[in-house]
Order: sequence, then structure tokens, then C-alpha cells
Amino acid sequence: MDQNLLVATGIKVTYGKHAGLFGSKPSTPVLHGVDIRIGRGQTVGIVGESGSGKTTLGRALLRLVDVSAGKIAFDGRDITHIPETEMRPLRRRMQMIFQDPMASLNPRHTIRRILTGPLLLHGLAGDAATALEQVKSVLDRVSLPAACLERYPHELSGGQRQRIGIARAVLMQPDFVLADEIVSGLDVSTQAQALRLLKSLSRELGLAMAFISHDLSVIRAVCDYVYVMRLGKVVEEGPCEQVFASPSAAYTRALLDAIPLPEYDPGWLERRTET
Amino acid sequence: MTENLLTVTGLSAVSDREGGMPVLRDVGLTLKNGGVRGLVGESGAGKSTIAKAILGILPRTVRITGGWINFKGRDLLSMKPQELRSIMGSEIALIPQDPQTALNPARRIGAQLADGLKLKRDMSARTAEAHALQLLADVQIRDPDRVMKSFPHQLSGGMRQRVLIAAAFAVEPELVIADEPTTALDVTVQKEILRLIRHMQSARGTGVLFVTHDLGIVAQICDSVTLLYAGKVIEEGPVRNVLENPNHAYTKALIAAGPRYDRPDAGLEPVPEAVFRELRQEIGIS
Repeated sequence: MDQNLLVATGIKVTYGKHAGLFGSKPSTPVLHGVDIRIGRGQTVGIVGESGSGKTTLGRALLRLVDVSAGKIAFDGRDITHIPETEMRPLRRRMQMIFQDPMASLNPRHTIRRILTGPLLLHGLAGDAATALEQVKSVLDRVSLPAACLERYPHELSGGQRQRIGIARAVLMQPDFVLADEIVSGLDVSTQAQALRLLKSLSRELGLAMAFISHDLSVIRAVCDYVYVMRLGKVVEEGPCEQVFASPSAAYTRALLDAIPLPEYDPGWLERRTET
Repeated sequence: MTENLLTVTGLSAVSDREGGMPVLRDVGLTLKNGGVRGLVGESGAGKSTIAKAILGILPRTVRITGGWINFKGRDLLSMKPQELRSIMGSEIALIPQDPQTALNPARRIGAQLADGLKLKRDMSARTAEAHALQLLADVQIRDPDRVMKSFPHQLSGGMRQRVLIAAAFAVEPELVIADEPTTALDVTVQKEILRLIRHMQSARGTGVLFVTHDLGIVAQICDSVTLLYAGKVIEEGPVRNVLENPNHAYTKALIAAGPRYDRPDAGLEPVPEAVFRELRQEIGIS
């Protein structure tokens, strides 16, 4: 069996190419030929500043945006251009956890409905009772009380909502999860909880994960391997131990040097790194 | 003559929207002339509430129930509105969090900067414009002429934040309140902005109250820090002391909870439930 679950090669994405009534808009290339491999059970970090194309890359991997060049293979199968009907059965196996759980959970549905619905839809549970059993066990796994089931998303805290997002993804028994900036809105103590949960879940379930973040410290805490992106290109990749201990790209060095650590370090502020 | 620029004593406030829940509990803090104090805590800790109380811009639903805010020997809380107006925006200035919404989208940068100078420093239109240009150069904007004529949407987030720093220091305030001024910025830009704030304040001897949730930022730009939880001061002192020898278990746990790129195992230890329980007991909340 191929060690790689998801392999993308030469990915190019261009936004804004529309032939409209008033002429065609100029197109903006956002990804300039990106190669990325995600092994089974591996957690891969994708890091970059705004405009680096990290979110677009994640979306391209899930076929949520169209690529203008390149190839995406999932579990050995070329999915770059397969029609949506063929994509649909794969969607269950490729889940996504969103940045803003408030915006990704239907505000008019209870948590019970949000979590059991997809199980029934994808036929992972034969009836509502079985679905509920599965939901309860996952809720317990993400340390949420069963009482949450009758709540609406707005009645939960940010950290709890994020755990619902995680629960919803793992309920689908996916092989691959895309997590895009999922802890950036959380307080440090809540963030540690979510990171820890994600890390242990991916181990237990053998999940492959693409973890997108602007924060190299967060990547360090959960990932095995990291891709550093800048302006639509990968400028550095490698196992985390290597990249964090001795980055080879000047840009990675600059990113690391710009992170303020909670320790006394006179001179940090004036230290400049050329990129 | 006191060496403290700002002394907050016994400041308490409640939120009427949350049934009279205390949001500040007997808060005390001081800021020396030319000092930089970090005001740090997780969401709901009350750090912004303190900043707003000093600026006199608390929402109507938050009511101050006691305490003093002494600025240069006078209590801001007992001042008349017109006295406050003469202090705010001239002796006390704000660097806001979101550079996107703090600028008027329909007016050019130069005009917006000049407005403040005309109003608060009685400058003529021509002097104000020349001064605004100089200010933009002071905040290390490379092309101040172009930026003067630009609208906010034509500038990057980092640029807009520089403009707002220029605007805050334009009135030559003695106290600047920086309310999470870098949360919307990329990390490399954040570092430039932190450096800029530090340069501006040390060159002018301005006191800065820096509101943030990031202990890393506190470590690198502040000289003293006040850590809050649920509206209560939990720990206070020189930054180095607090970081290296925290008194409170919560401070220790909070430092340990943050992920660090130089330590693979950091960032995975949440603040233990027991620490929160102890904290709540100490503060007297259930």
C-alpha cells in the first residue's frame, strides 16, 4: 500500500478569471506549482503569512477550489477532475474543521441534529438511535457532556464549539482531516486543550491531517512535518525537528525570529532578520 | 510630585447586562512616567475594560462601582465631561486594535491626521499638513507623500497600523493606551510594529499601557506587567520577575500552556482545572 494518502503535484490555482458582461477581469495566480505529500496517519503543518496561499492550498486538496494545473491523488486515485458525483463518496473520508465554528455550525439546529445528521446521510448509522449512540461516545471523547446535545451552537463557549467541530469531523470516520486555523480564535488555555485533543485523536484513529496555521509555535506542538509557504510557493519543507532546529530558508528563519517568546530576552526587539 | 503617571486604585465595576456581575474587582495598578506596562489576561479578564475605563469609553451597560483613576494627580472618574474632553486625545491617546475600522474609509490619510492636529493642537491647516507628513516619516513610512493622499483601503494592515501610531503620538500625549494593536497583523509585521511603538515611546518618554493576551509580547516590550483573571489582579511586577518567578500557580500554568516553536512538547498542557478552582475560590466566585 502506498504510504502517501494524499499527493498533490504542481498545483496551480488562479482566482478571478471571469468573462463578464463588462469584459473579463484580470486573473490573480495564488498558487504557483505546489507539491505536497501527506502520509497515512501523518500530521502535516502548512504555515505562512497572509497571502501565502495556505488556505487556498487546503481548499484545493479537498477539491473545494478548481486547480488550473497540477494533479491531486487521494488514496492512489487521481481526483483532480472527477465529477462531483464521484467526489461525493470520498467527501466522507476527507473532512474539514473550520476556523470559525460559529459560522460553520447551523445556528438553528441543536448539537444533536448537527452531529447525527451527517451520520444518517452517509449511511454510517442505520437509524437515529444508533447515530445517537455514536455521537454520545464521540462527545465523551472530546470531553463534552451529553447535555450539550440539546443546546444550540450559540449556547456553547468558543472552545466547546471548536470541540463540536472536531467531533463532527471524526464522526465521519475520515482518513484525512483538514484543519484551517482552528485554534487562532481561542485563549491559550483553551487552545492547549484543543491541540492536545487533536493530537491524541489523530494518533488513536490513525488520521492523516493537514494543519494550516499562521503560527509556527502551534505547528510545532502538533505536526510531524511542515511546509512553509510564501506568496504561493513552498519555500521550505521538512520534518519539524529539522526545520525548527535549523531552518534552511531565510524566510523560515525570519518567521521564527519574529515570534516573541515569554522569556527575558533584551535585544530581541532590535534583532533584525533579512529575508 | 509623584513619579507615577497613572495610578488606579480599588477600581470595581459591574456589568448590568450580566445581572450585575462584577467585571472589575478592586483593581490597582500604577504606570510610571515613560514606563510600559502590560495588561494581560485571557478573554473576559477585564484588561480591555480597564483600558476603556481610563479612556472614559465604557459601554453604558458597565457601571463603575468604586475606585479612582488618578492621572497626573487628578481623578479621571470625578472629572466633568468637558475636562475629560480636553485630556482625551491630547494627554491620553489610543492605538486601537483594528486598523481597518479605526480610520474613516472615505477620507484621505493626510486629512485625517491633520484633523487631529488642528483640533487638539490648534495648528493651522498648512502647519498641520506639514506636521502630518513629518509624523508619517517618523513612523518609518517610506513614501509619506503618497500615503498622505491615500485612502485607508489602499494601504496594507501594517501600514494602517503605522498611521494610527502616528495619529496617537501626533498629539504628544503623556499616556498611550495600546489595545491589542497587533492582533490583526502577520508575525513579521507585528515585530516591526512593536519595535516602532517602543521607539516612539522611548524617544518621547511616553507612558504606555499595553493591552494584550500574549505573554510573549509582554516579555519583549513591557517593563512591568499586571495579570488579570475575572476582573481581579492575580499577579503584578517587573516583567522579568513575573516570568521567571511567578508567585501564582495560574501565572505559572498560563506560561506553560503556550506553544513554543523551540519546544516540541509545549502548548499541550492546558491550565489544570484545579488551578482554576483555586483561583475562583480565591476571588470568591462559584
